[in-house]
Amino acid sequence: MSTKFRDLLALEPLTADELGFFLDQSKPFQEIQKHPLKKLATLRGKTVALAFFETSTRTRISFAAAASRLGADTMNLQAEASSLKKGETLLDTVFNLNAMKPDCLVMRHAASGATDYVARHLDIPVVNAGDGTHEHPSQGLLDALTIRDRLGTIKNLNVTILGDILHSRVARSNIHLLGKFGCKFTLCGPAMWVPRELEKIAPGTPIRCVYRIEDALEGADVIMMLRVQTERLNDPPLSADDYILLYQLNAERLRRASPNAIVLHPGPMNRGIEITPEVADGPQSCVLEQVTNGVAVRMAILYLLISGATETDTHPVLQAKSKESANASD
Amino acid sequence: MSAPEIDRTLQRLAHEIVEKSGGTKDLALIGIVRRGVPLAQRIAQAMRGIDGVNVPVGVLDITLYRDDLSKVAPQAVLRSSDIPFGVDNMDLVLVDDVLYTGRTIRAAMNGIFDLGRPKRVSLCVLVDRGHREMPIEARYIGRKVQTSDTEIIEVRLQEIDKEERVVLVDRVE
Repeated sequence: MSTKFRDLLALEPLTADELGFFLDQSKPFQEIQKHPLKKLATLRGKTVALAFFETSTRTRISFAAAASRLGADTMNLQAEASSLKKGETLLDTVFNLNAMKPDCLVMRHAASGATDYVARHLDIPVVNAGDGTHEHPSQGLLDALTIRDRLGTIKNLNVTILGDILHSRVARSNIHLLGKFGCKFTLCGPAMWVPRELEKIAPGTPIRCVYRIEDALEGADVIMMLRVQTERLNDPPLSADDYILLYQLNAERLRRASPNAIVLHPGPMNRGIEITPEVADGPQSCVLEQVTNGVAVRMAILYLLISGATETDTHPVLQAKSKESANASD
Repeated sequence: MSAPEIDRTLQRLAHEIVEKSGGTKDLALIGIVRRGVPLAQRIAQAMRGIDGVNVPVGVLDITLYRDDLSKVAPQAVLRSSDIPFGVDNMDLVLVDDVLYTGRTIRAAMNGIFDLGRPKRVSLCVLVDRGHREMPIEARYIGRKVQTSDTEIIEVRLQEIDKEERVVLVDRVE
C-alpha cells in the first residue's frame, strides 16, 4: 500500500488496513488524554482552519481541542458570522481562508460532496467533519475505536443502527468502516427513514432493514443510536409519542441484545425520545467514552495529515509486530 | 561488539546503575523506542540478578516530541508509549542504544516531564558516538566510540533485528 493520506474525506474508499492504521495511530493520543499535562508541541507553528458552514458544537470543539493539544493554532469560521450570508461563494470563502495560510482545513457543510469539491481546489490537507448525508469520517473512526476498546475487536460483530438512517452521515461512515471488518448490519426505524435501498449502500456488506425494534435488537453486539431530529418528527405521519412507543431504546428492549452489547450515541442525545436516561447512563452506554476518544482520533487525523506520515513508513519489523498486536486485540 | 560483549556491557551497566543509585529504591528504567526498549528490559533483568528486585520498565516513543517534524515525515509514524508507574519523585534512567546529537534525549525529557516531576533523570546508552548538538551527557556508557559524520553506528538486537551485534558502517548515500 502506498496511500499517502493527503485528505480525509470519506471512509468508503479506504481499505481495512488503512482504517486500522488510523485506529492504531489514535492509541498514543488516548494515552495522552490521561497525562497530567495534555499539551504537546508537535504541531507548534502550524495552523488548523475550522470552517463549519453547518452548526456544530461537539465536533468543532473536539477538533479545536485536538489541534490545541498538538500545539497548533486554530482559525475559526462559523456559518452564522460568515460572509456566505453576504453572498460570497463557498470557493471564494475557502480561498480567502486559505490565503491566511493554514496548514490544514477541517470543514463541515450541509451539502453532500462539498468537502470533496473544496479539497480538489486546495493544496492543503482537508478533513471532512461531516458533509450533508454523505459521511462523517472522524465519527466513524471514534466509534470504531470505542467499540474496539470495549469489546476487544471490531471484527464480525452484529451492529444495529436505530433511527433516521436515511439522513445520517454517521450511519454511512460506520457502515463503510465496520463493513470492511466483516460486521453485519441491521437498520431499524420508521419506514420513511429506513428505505430498503439502504441495503445496497455498501456492496459486500450484509445489511438488512427491519421495522420492529424488538427484532432489530435480537443478538446485537453494538447498538448505535442516532439523534432523532425532532424538527423532522413534527412532520406527519409520526408523532414524538409514537416514536417513543415504537422505537425508543429502553432497558427492557435492550435485554434482547447480546448480554455484553454496548450502546453508542453520537450526540446530542434527546433523553426520553430515542433513548431512556436509564440506558443512556447505564453500564452498557459508551457515550462519554466516545467523546473522549473523539479528541484522540482527531489528534491522530491532524497529526497524520499535517506530518505526512504513512503506513508504508512503518518499519517492516514493526509492521509485523503491530500486525501481531492487532491480531491479539482483534 | 559481539553478542557476548553486548551482554557483558549490559551486566556492567546494571551494576553501575544500582551502585551509583545506592540500591534500587525509587529506581525505574525508561527505554526509548525502539532499541532502547529491549536494552532497558535486559538491564532490568540483570538488576533482578543483583538485587532480587523487579525494577519497573517503561516505554517512551519520542516521535511527538521531536524538533524536526517537517523534515522527518517518514519517521513520524507513532508507536505507543507505556509508562505504567507514576514518575513523580522517581529516580529515572533513560535507556537508549546510541547517544549522538542529544536531540532524542531532549525530546524524551519533554515527554517525561509531561507525566510529572521525577526526582532525578539520568541517561544510560550502549554506545556514545560523540557529535553532541545539545548540552546532554550520559551517566552510564557502555562504550565510547570515535566516529566521523559520515559513519553510522548500527545496533542490531535479537528482539527487533533477529541478530545481535554493534558495528560501525559508512553512511550509504
